[in-house]
Amino acid sequence: MKQFFEFVKKECFHIFRDRRTLIILFGMPVVLIVLFGFAITNEIRHARIAVLDYSQDALSHGLVSKITASTYFDLAENLRSEKEILPAFKKGDIRMVIVIPNGFSRDFIRERKAAIQLLTDASDPNTATTLINYANAIIGQYQQEQTHLQHLPLTIHPEVRMVYNPMLKSVFLFVPGVMTLILMLVCAMMTSITITREKELGTMEILLVSPLRPVLIIAGKVVPYVLLSFFISIIILCLGTWIFGMPVKGSILLLLSACGLFCLTALSLGILISSLTNSQQTAMMISMMGLLLPTILLSGFVYPIESMPVPLQIVSNILPAKWFIIILKDIMLKGSGLPQIALPMGILAGMTCFFLIVSLSKFKIRLS
Amino acid sequence: MEPIVVQNIFKQFGNVSALHDISFTVAPGELFGLIGPDGAGKSTLFRILATLLLADKGKAMVNGLDVVKDYRAIRRQVGYMPGKFSLYQDLTVEENLHFFATIFNTTIKENYDLIRDIYEQIAPFKTRPAGKLSGGMKQKLALCCALVHKPSVLFLDEPTTGVDPVSRKEFWDMLQRLKEKNIPILVSTPYMDEATLCDRVALMQNGAIMQIDTPSTIVSQFRTKIWAIKSNDMYRLIRDLRAHPEVQSCFAFGEFLHVTMTADPEEVRSSLTTGGHTGLVIQPANAGIEDVFMSLMQAQTQAV
Repeated sequence: MKQFFEFVKKECFHIFRDRRTLIILFGMPVVLIVLFGFAITNEIRHARIAVLDYSQDALSHGLVSKITASTYFDLAENLRSEKEILPAFKKGDIRMVIVIPNGFSRDFIRERKAAIQLLTDASDPNTATTLINYANAIIGQYQQEQTHLQHLPLTIHPEVRMVYNPMLKSVFLFVPGVMTLILMLVCAMMTSITITREKELGTMEILLVSPLRPVLIIAGKVVPYVLLSFFISIIILCLGTWIFGMPVKGSILLLLSACGLFCLTALSLGILISSLTNSQQTAMMISMMGLLLPTILLSGFVYPIESMPVPLQIVSNILPAKWFIIILKDIMLKGSGLPQIALPMGILAGMTCFFLIVSLSKFKIRLS
Repeated sequence: MEPIVVQNIFKQFGNVSALHDISFTVAPGELFGLIGPDGAGKSTLFRILATLLLADKGKAMVNGLDVVKDYRAIRRQVGYMPGKFSLYQDLTVEENLHFFATIFNTTIKENYDLIRDIYEQIAPFKTRPAGKLSGGMKQKLALCCALVHKPSVLFLDEPTTGVDPVSRKEFWDMLQRLKEKNIPILVSTPYMDEATLCDRVALMQNGAIMQIDTPSTIVSQFRTKIWAIKSNDMYRLIRDLRAHPEVQSCFAFGEFLHVTMTADPEEVRSSLTTGGHTGLVIQPANAGIEDVFMSLMQAQTQAV
């Protein structure tokens, strides 16, 4: 046991004396969270719009001020004719133009049917769709306000409620995603690099010719990283909840143990990579290409798994990241307990055991 | 019981025969040297004995334990210093030593008498990271780390390569003192002058042992007369001597060329003088290990 603690101590010296590693370990989570939280977001706020109001009556003014009162739209300019629409778009900063035809109030009150035109810049289709949806929702609300006293014929009125994320905040998606990404990076990449470094520097040769058993060598190298990554996941959780208001509806204990489990899965993957390679370079490339890219693309972090082609959906099942994101969302947003997340937890645990067994059996007690 | 027994070891890497039918034994308390140039197979042999590589054929025993079957027991008993500096460069001298003592389940204090002489020389730098030590200091630290668990056999793979002459001498003095503590030492070196400091040496070349004996016997058995020759134009002298039909071998050796020949030296002198050489010196020389090595090497190359 004394040997083991000495080994852990030595490993900590390596980590804390290597400033670059430290910057990666602690700087990256903060940078990524802030980046994804503030900069890279698919929410729309303060989209600049232009209005071409031919009607200029109370009702049309009311509609425009209702739309621009929301945080989604800012009125950039008032147009005077249709000819000005295209130039306005071409200037580039106008995302949507609202055209209100002549006699808007009259049509609305007398004929109970008023037309309105929404033009959007669809060169970015996602933004265009989102803008139209927002605008439609506001217009519908406005219409209801104006007609609530009048008796309308029977209409189906959908009452929409966004459960678990009523404000549709993208940060709720990104916090679990970034957390998965960072834990994967820290645990898998760092451990695979630190073990291959011993091989590259030749120190593994001496460690092998010592009474240390392989399990002890690996555990000694990995334990500091377990603690580190657990600490990092707590940092990310704190950033998520305090800065971005990410809720934690489920039990914190369960959340932390899920984080712990995922750290172990990623570490065992790192060990596996290191047992298959001999150089730090290769280990890094494998972790980058083999782990990071699939984690970003296929885990449901950026692109929803449901909209992937079936083969990719199947592939996504072997990614630990997918299951961890499911667990995180369930616990944090839905407040699920252990019974609901037992399946993904079990899958992660199974993967961990599998990776560990394979890498221990692959660990070389000799040089070749 | 002989602490190191090697019997008919063969090792192949792809098409290259790294070790070819190697056999020798090291007696208790003996300082045994493996002498040979880079690529002779010395490091491979060390790794087989240190249980890091498996031989293709043959048997090797360390302290009576089989290197394949009992590798775990051997790893507890031997001290191994690889050819490449293999300590933690970002750990200080003291931390490295402490680490290796602990993983071998011992303490620096417990075996301090064994490493005292060596450690006192590097002690002034004990808070310096190992990577920032000079070459000689690094090797002394590595030797300390290999000794700190009081091994019963010591394997030192080229401990003096890349070390300045003064440190080399100090290092060999340390080995002599360790020998007095009755620890058998297997050491390899590419430097011929270090061969004379060993009790017995094996001359290795291309994965084979050419001769095993005490350095003095090896030299005294060498019957060929050696001539030391020099002139003012050494480069042309080598060319001319090698072109001479009665010269068997000619190698640079310090400021002289060591030459073996069947011709009469006076005849060679006159032919060289007519060839335009000035400042010519031809004198008989005492054969050293290097001369033996060169002649054995030439014989082996011609046999192939």
